[in-house]
Parts: sequence; C-alpha cells; structure tokens
Amino acid sequence: MTSDSIGWWGVVIGVLAGAIRGGTPFLLVSLGECLTEKSGKINLGLEGVLLMGAMSAYAISYKTGSPWIGAGAAALAGGVLGMLHALLVLRPKVNDIAAGIAILIFGSGIAFYFGKPFIQPSAPQLPGIQLGGWSSLGQIKAALTISPLFIFGVAVAFLMQWFFRTTRWGMHVRAVGDSPAAARAMGISPTRTRFFSIVAGSALGGLGGAHLSLFYPGAWTESISSGQGLMAVALVIFARWNPTQCLWASLLFGGAQAIGPSLQAVGISAGYYLWNASPYILTLVVMILTCSTKRTLTGAPGALGANA
Amino acid sequence: MQPAASIAGAPSVALIPRASLRWRSRLEAAAMPIMAVLVAMVLFGSFCASQGRNPLAVFGAINKAAFGSWYSFQNTLIRAAPLMLTALCTALPARLGLVVIGNEGALVIGGLTATAAGLAVQSAPVLVVLTAMALAGMVGGGLWITFVGILYYKRGVNETISSLLLNYVAIAFLNHLVNGPMRDPSSLNKPSSYPIPDDKMLPAIGESNIHYGLVFGMVVCLIAWVLMEHTSFGFKVRMIGGNIRAARMAGLPVAAIGLIICFLAGAAAGLAGMIEVAAVHGRANESLAAGYGYAGILVAFVARHRGLAIMLVSVMLGGILASGGILQRQFQLPDATILVFQGLVFITILFSDSLYGKLKFFKEEAA
Amino acid sequence: MKHWKKTILTAFGVIFSAASLTAADKVSMGFIYVGPKDDYGYNQAHSEGCAGVQKLSWVKAVEEASVPETTAVQETMRNMINLDGVQVLFPTSFGYFDPHILKIAKQYPKVQFLHCGGLYTEGKNPKNVGSYFGYIDEAVFVSGIVAGHATKSGKLGFIAAKPIPQVLRNINAFALGARSANPSATVQVIFTGDWSVPVKEAESATSLINQGVDVLTCHVDSPKVILETAERRGIYVCGYHANGSKLAPKGYLTGAEWNWSKVYTDYAEMVKAGKSLSAGTIPHLVRGGLKEGFVKCSDYGPTVDSAAKKDAEAAKAMFMDGTMVIFKGPLKDNSGKEILPAGKELKQQDISLESMSWLVEGVIGSTKS
Repeated sequence: MTSDSIGWWGVVIGVLAGAIRGGTPFLLVSLGECLTEKSGKINLGLEGVLLMGAMSAYAISYKTGSPWIGAGAAALAGGVLGMLHALLVLRPKVNDIAAGIAILIFGSGIAFYFGKPFIQPSAPQLPGIQLGGWSSLGQIKAALTISPLFIFGVAVAFLMQWFFRTTRWGMHVRAVGDSPAAARAMGISPTRTRFFSIVAGSALGGLGGAHLSLFYPGAWTESISSGQGLMAVALVIFARWNPTQCLWASLLFGGAQAIGPSLQAVGISAGYYLWNASPYILTLVVMILTCSTKRTLTGAPGALGANA
Repeated sequence: MQPAASIAGAPSVALIPRASLRWRSRLEAAAMPIMAVLVAMVLFGSFCASQGRNPLAVFGAINKAAFGSWYSFQNTLIRAAPLMLTALCTALPARLGLVVIGNEGALVIGGLTATAAGLAVQSAPVLVVLTAMALAGMVGGGLWITFVGILYYKRGVNETISSLLLNYVAIAFLNHLVNGPMRDPSSLNKPSSYPIPDDKMLPAIGESNIHYGLVFGMVVCLIAWVLMEHTSFGFKVRMIGGNIRAARMAGLPVAAIGLIICFLAGAAAGLAGMIEVAAVHGRANESLAAGYGYAGILVAFVARHRGLAIMLVSVMLGGILASGGILQRQFQLPDATILVFQGLVFITILFSDSLYGKLKFFKEEAA
Repeated sequence: MKHWKKTILTAFGVIFSAASLTAADKVSMGFIYVGPKDDYGYNQAHSEGCAGVQKLSWVKAVEEASVPETTAVQETMRNMINLDGVQVLFPTSFGYFDPHILKIAKQYPKVQFLHCGGLYTEGKNPKNVGSYFGYIDEAVFVSGIVAGHATKSGKLGFIAAKPIPQVLRNINAFALGARSANPSATVQVIFTGDWSVPVKEAESATSLINQGVDVLTCHVDSPKVILETAERRGIYVCGYHANGSKLAPKGYLTGAEWNWSKVYTDYAEMVKAGKSLSAGTIPHLVRGGLKEGFVKCSDYGPTVDSAAKKDAEAAKAMFMDGTMVIFKGPLKDNSGKEILPAGKELKQQDISLESMSWLVEGVIGSTKS
C-alpha cells in the first residue's frame, strides 16, 4: 500500500502506461486489419471478432483454469468468425463494409448469448511480465507490468513488416492486394491468399479480445469493447498499412484514452466528453493534413475494397 | 426501367437488352431474398432447437409480435420509420461509388440542430416550429456529410473512415452540449436540452401508435427513387458511379454532383434525427444515438441502395427488432438472441447476392 | 380502419379478461431493464428483485432486458399490457420516465406504472404513475465511515458515471461519512461520462491509485472491473449495487447494496389487496433506506478493525431509529459556498436532495462536464 503521491508525474506515467495497457487491443486488431487490407479486403467485423475473442478467452480460461488455453481459444474463435467473413467477401458482388457489419452483429450476438454465464465468475488472468522490479514505487511497478499479448503484438508487428518486405508469401499478399488480375497472371490465387489473410487477421483480432478480458481491464462484460474493432480500420490508414507504424499508432490511441482519467485524477475535469473524442479528432486531422487527391497514399493496396 | 427490375437492382440488368428481361430474372429478384430469409430461418430454427426451444413455436411468436395483427404491425412500422431515412445516408452516396457510414453522426447532428431551431421559435405556430426543425435538421445533417464529401474531393480523405470518425465526434459533441451548454437544469438524472413544448410535437397518425415519421420516411424514399432512377440528375450520378473516368471525360461536374449527393444523404439522416426529437423524445439527449444509423447502413446494402427496396428491407428489419421482446418474455431466451437472428438473416441475404445469375433455373437462355 | 378498431377492442378485451382472471388468483408484474439483466450491477439488482417477488405463488412476472430508452420501451410496455396482461409495470431505468412512461400511462389508465428513481409531480403527471427509490446514500455513508478509518493516505477515490443528482448524493454521503471518521480525508472524483465503459473505469481506478488513493468506491452500472483493479493493486475498496466481496476478498471493506425484492414484494401485496395509485391507496412516492430494508450494507471485510465497526454500527443504529441526518449544517460545498447554515438540516425525505447539484467540502472534482 503506497501513500506517496506522484502528482503530475502520475499523468505522465498514466498516459505512458495507458498507452501500453490500452493500446494492446488496438495493436492486435490493427495488425489483423493491416494483413487483411494488404490483401485487398476490409474487415469491419473485427469489432464482433474482438467481442467473440474476449468472451471465448474468458469462458475457456474459467472452464480450464488456464488463461493460455483461453487466449488460444480467442484466436480460434476469431479465426472461425474470420472464415465466415471470408466466405462472404470472397464471393462476387458482396460489399466488404456490409459483410463486416453483418459479421459485427452476428459475432456480438453469439458472444453475448453464450457469454451470459461468465459475467459473474472470475477467470484466471494472464500473468503480467514484470519489468519494473528496479523501482520501489508501486506506481512504476504497476505501470511496467506488461501484458504478454503486448509483447506478442510487438513481435508480430516487426515480423509482419519483415514478412511483407522480404518473404515470397508476403509479396503474394501485396500483389493480390494491388492487382488481383496481375497476381492471377503470376499464378497466385487471389481467393486463397485473401482467405488466409482474413482468417489470420481475425485470429489476431480475437487475441486483442483476450487481452481485454484476461489482462486489462480483465473481465468479461458486454460493454468490454469500446469500439476498438471499428477503429482498427481508421488506425490502419493512420499507419499507412505499415505494421510497425500500427504499433506507434496503437500506442498513441491507447495513451489518448488515458488522458481524460489521468487529468481528472489531478483535479482537471473540464470538457471530458470532448477529451474522450480526442483520438478520433486527432486521426481526422492527421488524415486531412497528409492526404491528397493528386496521389494515392503510400502503402495503400491498389484494389482495396473492390470486388475481384 | 420497370419498378420490379429496379427493386431487383441486379447490376447486370442494365447490360442485358430490355427484351430479355423476362419472368425468370424478375422471379429471381423476388425469390433470392426470400430464399435467403428461409435459409436464415432454418439456421436460426436449428439454433433454437439446440437451445431446447421449439422452432415452430418461436417463429409463430415472432410472426405474432411483428406481423400477425395490425397492433403488432404498428410496432414493426414504428421501428422501420427511422431506418428508411438513415439508410438513404449510405444508399445515395453508394450510387456514386462512395461508401459513407456516417449515418449515426448525421442523425445526432440533425437532432441537435433541429432541437436548437425548435427551441428558438417555440412560441410560433406548430407548423412553423416543425418546418423550422425539419429544415434545421436536414441542413445540420446535410452539412455534416457534405464535410465528408469536401474532405474526399478536396483532400482525398477516405470517405468511409472520415464518416466513421465523425460519428464518434458527433456523439461526443451531443454529450458535451446536453451535459453542459444546452442542459436544462431540471432534467435531473438524464441530462437533456430544454424541451420542445408538447403541443408543438409531431403527432401520431390518426389514433394509431405510429407517428408521422413513417410518412416522412416513405415519402423521402419515394423521392430518392424518382430522383435516382427517373431524372437526368440521377442518370448522371449513376454514370459517375459506373465509371468516374468516363464521366469526367464527358464533362460532368463530378465533385459538384458528389457534394450535392452528400448533402442529400446527410439531410435524410438529419431528418431522422429531427423526427426522433419532434415525435419521440421532445428534447435532445443521449437517447438520440440509439444505433439507428448503424442499422441503416445494413438496410442500404441489403436493399442494394434502391429507394423502394429500402422501404421493404426497413420493414423486415423493423419486424425482426419488434419481435425481440417476445423471445425474452415467452421463451426466456436471452436478449442477445435477436442479434443472432438478425446477423444470420443479413449474412444469408448478402450471400444470396453473390448467387445472382449463377443458378441455372433463372438463366434467361432457357426462355 | 375497421380492422384496427377490432384489434383495439380485442386488446381491451385482453386487458379486462386478464385483469379479471388475475385479480382472482395472480398479480401480474412486468419488469423492464435498460441493459442485460446479468450485468453484476444495476440491472441485475432489479432482476434479482423480480426473482424474489416471483417466488410468491400468487405473483406472475415477465421481464425484458436491453430495452433502449426509445420507442422500443413504449412498445415493450404496450406489449406487456396487451399480450401478457400485466397490471403493474416497473420500467427501471431513469430515462424511461419522460416521455415514454408518461405517454403510455395516459393510454392505459387501468395499469399501474411504477418508476425507479424519478419524481412524481402531483397534477402534472398521470394519476396511475408512481415513483420508488432507495436511500442508498445511507449505506454509502456507512461505507464512507469504514473507508475513513481504513485510509492511511487520507485520500479516497470515487469513480462515477455522470454528475447527476443520484450520483452526487452518493459521492457527498461517502465524503461526509469518511470525514466524520477522519476529518482531513479527501475524496477525489473521476467522471467517466458513461454508465458502462470498463476500459475507462479501469483506467480511472489506476490513475487514482497512482495518485496515492488507497480506498476506492464507485457509482457505475457494474463495479466489477473497479473492484478487481483495486484488489490487484492491493488497496481497499467499497462495493456498490451488489455484494462484491468475492471479487476483492482481501481489500473489500463493505458496500452499499439494493434490496429490491423487499420493495417489489411490498408493491405486490398492495396490488393484491386491491389498492391502486389512482385511488390514492398506493402512495405516489415510495422511499426507504436502511430502516425500511430498501438498501443494506455488505458484511465487513477481513481488514475492518473494531474502531471502524463501532462507528459504523453506531451510524447504522441511528439510521434504524430515524435519528441520523446525513446532510446538516454547517455544510459548505467544495468551492467554499455555504449550502446549509449551522442548525439547518435536510432530512432524507427532503425532496430537494433529489435535485442535488453540488459537491461537499472535501470532494475534489467538478460537476461541470
């Protein structure tokens, strides 16, 4: 029990630690969305995937006693929902956005339906990785208790960067996203490549849900997600379809979430509704400043959202 | 174009010679969505059976609660009214090739501006108040989506993302205003704006439970249909949507037409916001953001952005939503059950879209 | 039009037949919740109240959850009346009242509409509308006393959804309770802006703990996340809505809980006895606290010492015999302005407390959004 106050440092620590804690779900869903969009498809259903992931992780962790199996179940549940999305958007004449919203409704419906019995019980949580052992301050120790899924997400960000840049499969994904016709001419199957990209992306989104229910805030409730899945789509544009930039963008969003509460904790409370909207306004401003009608954004997949 | 064909709205229709538009392709247009709903019902029925409920009894109850009598059909129509208007916010720009999902934000802003206008002229005669509110709501919502259009045409900002972000901004703005500057201090535990006087509200139709919002929705959908399918403006819009490069080469003012459509789209959703204030809540508060905007997106896509079909799909979704309660009260199924059913219906309908022209029976060569 | 008239007639037929049928044997009640009924918080407390009253053999109850404060709740009320033959409706969310309950109540004068937390205005509201609520600030005051004893830093934290009267009253009661035990204690408030935003609630809890707060409590829809965050960081916590001792076995001090089944049973008995709001035999405004059994305190947690228990029990005893007044002069708000001069007091029943807009001295925070 600590009695020493850290005043304004609390705001700084709060925002930095909040960036990591609150940014992890953003990181995982935006990486998932990045992979999906690089292949030329959009998945707005990641919000439903996130909820399915959070519910399955919590339920399985509670039933088996192992949060790791729970996290695995989240990835699996996300992948299955991703398959359903792929089944829709890989058919002709089906719009990505519409399919995404249908998946959002269905995924949240299934998650809420089967999640009812797991709202009350407490499930075993993922163990935090302690990086703050050097400090005697409780605040620092708590701030530096890192989610294993954050470490995983950082690793995936750099791996995905390498995957797109240097591997043959990464090149296939990019080729399909830029021009399915050209890819087909090269002997790459757009359908198969996109299928795997969507499913793997959704599995990552499911893990983002596992972080919510098994690490921070660490509970299963129907309002556990506050739109992180929908925001993934904006984050990826913010990050210019670049996995390592997804990392920085997610940290920024996570930190922005923590600004309001941290300021109120030191007694500054004006306009918290507007503070709550700050991440969205920030994204919009950055997009306005950096976009242009003259050129497409660097990194933007040429065939994004179009039907093959 | 025949009404039936435009309901079907299969993109291929325009490409085949009119003479070949025979009964098979019309039948296809009617049969596909119906078959899709049937498949969804079979899936949902099995789901119910797996949860120990008799599927036939469940469907009987859904029918009773949504369509079975004039009493229950009124509930369906009340639910459908705002969806018709919010759907247009996605449907109109879609004809240009823009995917706008800022329906919820435009509805909220329209509700706010309508409330402000209504309060400003509250002592005027009822028709003046309602007209002012409707105009203010449409202008507010219209400008909100026009902003999306400006960002797109002037700065190349992706319209889907900017409109999504603006939803959050609009809701934050609403909360800020009704908790602060616009707050009526006597709205104790539910912070709201000052109320529109009761006698200046939009009344119910006759002695039914339905308010005039339904008429607004149907009329606006009809206008949208005429505008898009039967005017030269609509033709230009469809041309831009079909091939923007060709439209530019033909000398069409692409950006100007685009901004007009964005304004009209936002105006429709803004009108929905005005109706929520003028017919239901009587004031602006957080209940304005009730999800009608997001539901509208789906209605638009399922209706393939056609004005007449939007009316039908809104009524279908209204019926599904109106039957959510009876599943809880009569079958002790959880509140999320109706979400599962809704999700299944939309997934199968979207899937059926991809089957147009694929099933042998509907092929015209046979005729 | 003919068809429509016929339907209305049959609808009325249903009401009357249902009324005559059930009056003989069963009291039929309908409960409506704004969120899921298993949220471990506000809605669950009401749903447990419904389950409690349902145990009576002569009561039939229907429930509907996740009903938004739109035309949807008007539809649900009508359906419960017309299709389920409900005689007494309990729409439990504050936002259901104006305009939804007022509108439907006018259309169905024979049905009783009982609203949780609202204010009945004689002459302005329909006669078949009533309001009930519990003085949960009494239990929160007791939590405050225990918290004031437990804190070492003298800093307490309160995580609240919105600066509305019901919430402000709890914050003030908590602060007054704490300062009665520890006059130098302060209560830092964070408003999250919404009733159920788990990530923001956890973030608020973490920021408060980082600022040296060592006892937390809250007024949000579901306190689960806040209780668990406090427990993980090793500080004390007071519960709200329901008993949360299982979620924070080490740090749980006590908590304020609802006891709606008592309230609903009282109403059921009044209806069974043939009483009604419009006849004036059911009071339009029903309120109660610890004494009436509308609210209760959780059992003390393992760390609560005997001094704290003694003070808390003394306060409870005074609530039970009706001599305790929470809001009494001299009382200043947190900007130094006088609210009550010495010698004046606002009793619990004082209706002006239900439109509270200030925070008492010792609370750090502002009611402006």
